[in-house]
Amino acid sequence: MIKEILARIQQGHRTSHYPREAPNLPDRFRGAPVLDSTRCSDTCHECVEVCPTDALRVDGTRIALDMGRCLFCTECTRVCPTGAVAFTKEYRLGARHREDLVVTQGFEPRRKALDEKTRKLFGRSLKLRQVSAGGCNACEADVNVLGTLVFDLGRFGIQMVASPRHADGILVTGPVTENMSLALRKTYDAVPSPKIVIAVGACAISGGPYIDHSQVKNGVDSMLPVDLYVPGCPPHPFTILDGLLGLLDRLGGSSAPSRQARVDAVFNPSRTRP
Amino acid sequence: MTSGQPPLVSAADPKSESARVQGTDVGFAQLRNAQSMATDSIPILAFPAFRSAIVNAPRQHRRIAALFGASVANQVKLFCVLAGDAEGLLYVGSTVVDGGTFASMTNDCPQVSLFEREIAEEWGIVPEGHPWLKPVRFVRARGANAGGERKLPDNQSGIGAMEFYRVEGEEVHEVAVGPVHAGVIEPGHFRFQCHGEQVLHLEISLGYQHRGVERALLASPAKRVLPYMETVAGDTTIGHASAYCQATEALAASRVSGRAHALRAIALELERLANHVGGLGALANDVGYLPTAAFCGRLRGDFLNLTAALCGSRFGRGLVRPGGVGFDLDAEQCKSLVLRLDTAQSDVKNAVNLLWETSSVQARFEGTGALSQQLAEDLGLVGVAARACGLERDVRHDFPSGFFRLTQIPMSVAQTGDVFARAYVRWLEIQRSYAFIREQLQRLPSGASLSACNALQPNRLCVSLIEGWRGEICHVAMTDSDGRFVSYKIVDPSFHNWTGLAIALRNQEISDFPLCNKSFDLSYCGHDL
Repeated sequence: MIKEILARIQQGHRTSHYPREAPNLPDRFRGAPVLDSTRCSDTCHECVEVCPTDALRVDGTRIALDMGRCLFCTECTRVCPTGAVAFTKEYRLGARHREDLVVTQGFEPRRKALDEKTRKLFGRSLKLRQVSAGGCNACEADVNVLGTLVFDLGRFGIQMVASPRHADGILVTGPVTENMSLALRKTYDAVPSPKIVIAVGACAISGGPYIDHSQVKNGVDSMLPVDLYVPGCPPHPFTILDGLLGLLDRLGGSSAPSRQARVDAVFNPSRTRP
Repeated sequence: MTSGQPPLVSAADPKSESARVQGTDVGFAQLRNAQSMATDSIPILAFPAFRSAIVNAPRQHRRIAALFGASVANQVKLFCVLAGDAEGLLYVGSTVVDGGTFASMTNDCPQVSLFEREIAEEWGIVPEGHPWLKPVRFVRARGANAGGERKLPDNQSGIGAMEFYRVEGEEVHEVAVGPVHAGVIEPGHFRFQCHGEQVLHLEISLGYQHRGVERALLASPAKRVLPYMETVAGDTTIGHASAYCQATEALAASRVSGRAHALRAIALELERLANHVGGLGALANDVGYLPTAAFCGRLRGDFLNLTAALCGSRFGRGLVRPGGVGFDLDAEQCKSLVLRLDTAQSDVKNAVNLLWETSSVQARFEGTGALSQQLAEDLGLVGVAARACGLERDVRHDFPSGFFRLTQIPMSVAQTGDVFARAYVRWLEIQRSYAFIREQLQRLPSGASLSACNALQPNRLCVSLIEGWRGEICHVAMTDSDGRFVSYKIVDPSFHNWTGLAIALRNQEISDFPLCNKSFDLSYCGHDL
């Protein structure tokens, strides 16, 4: 026992202070894209041509980037002659609606909480069944790390559970292969209503690198209603965590008032929180 | 029936005469890892000669690295790559199968079993007499047999719908697990035949992750190829991307700088470190020893973050590219990486040594899921699983390419073939990869990190091997007369090793399955492609 205690002292306390403190991301981290169509010429389509998943579209001189398809490979920035496409360190990429993943200029986090009724149900306790449906295991790996002591998902009341019958929703990774579609459907059906669906990663949102393969279904929303999209290939664990917390309105200062703010609104009208 | 000396060309110097080699005793052409050769100098053997070369290979201490079909000039041929670990040579031969059937080799050479099933499923060519001919990924055949009469149970009835091996008798029961498992892991179906707690037989049925990578490599635009390679198995992004780049560079006769080779090797070893540390933590978790499980879960992330410091992605996306690497390091960055590496390694040592010092952990590791060296050899295991059985197999040592031609990492071997051996090999490799990375970061060769890669040369073949963290990654690329891929075969180490897990479970307690499974730590998506 003594050696475990000594080891515990050496290993130290490692849980991040997110969301109270911003995470420390690597300098070369590739987060949200920003676009500047004013730099584009009528004839230049270089970025569109190199994009492996056709995430970039050009309409006249207006470019748009669909983060739901983007692999964040930055091939577009390599070929763009004018620097009209760039990737920032913004990691807060989750969105409730598919169209909110399309970037045309700058980027602001587009998080939005669940409607109040659902949030009341799941806000302080959300159990999720994870289904891997044909991805490369990178998204699964970075969902898995949310359970490590760095992220410690449990402290937010969120937990990955073993059975869909114990779950409030499913978190899907992978493009949904033909071979997994039945298992995904059965898992979803086994979750008691009301339930939510979270799509993590480019594959689960759009098919990712496997878009339009005959063996895949181009993402979860081809067969199930999706409540949260978390883009990336794979998304950084903090991107996933931020998406989950945004959904549950657990970030403070997000679009919907936090629980504390709602309490304050009733009992301490003079106190205002950011 | 080889035609004298097939001309063989090294990647570095396409016109080198010194690279000519002899045909071999078995009629296959010889070549080295990451070399290219003209496709018309691949011997085409009559099937009996092809068969005897494969069946006799294990007796000559050669393994079947790949056995696959390819549609070349409207004809489906079978190709085989044998690996001679001791002599560091690869042997390539081909044959044409008449009448859509051939005599199965599995009973004489068990390691081809899954390859033959794959050929039957992909190309509709049936290995007659195969003892257990079943689908591998539940896909429809391609090539001339596409849409034709299926010779295997049809996918119509759904994946996994087939007969499983059954044991019958009083008190015998069957346990079916998956495809959706209790944890956050990939899908696969496991069918146990049990007598009480004892597993008599385990059959593993995969294919749920099949997304058509190999077929898409031939059909999709070139810009998609690198993303495919990086996602063959996401936790082996560097391994598969390196195997692909090594193959393309050989096929294009392009040079890569020493600096790029060094950075690729550093990334490959970082990938190994991250996965091995995570794996040891998961093993600790599976025996209920939580301190190491908790510490290693965090430390795995620290190594992934080192890869992210190098290229922005925790999994190394965008780092390895044809012609070199997409990101470079300056002296300051190298220094900071060494510091972070040292800190993480010191914590890893502390966390992992707890395992070896705790008798309750050792009691669970030792003797669980043991495979004999002979079985490992017969099944053609690779990587950690093979080295844990005392087999000295390591691509970095046996078939050195890239930076490993210059610097070697000592091979890590254990003898007992059980969970302990697989865990201990991983611990040895952690220490050696750490020492390697540390040394290389302090003396990176100078030069450009990325140079232009030429177009692929027409009508050439290259076999590219990389020792990924699980084991041997084998890519076999072939170009047509226009310099496009006419065939691209990917063999993830998991393809060889899943059978090893099934056999290791025999006569074990069913409750030891998670532990055995994690000790092999195999990839579903790398197998399913």
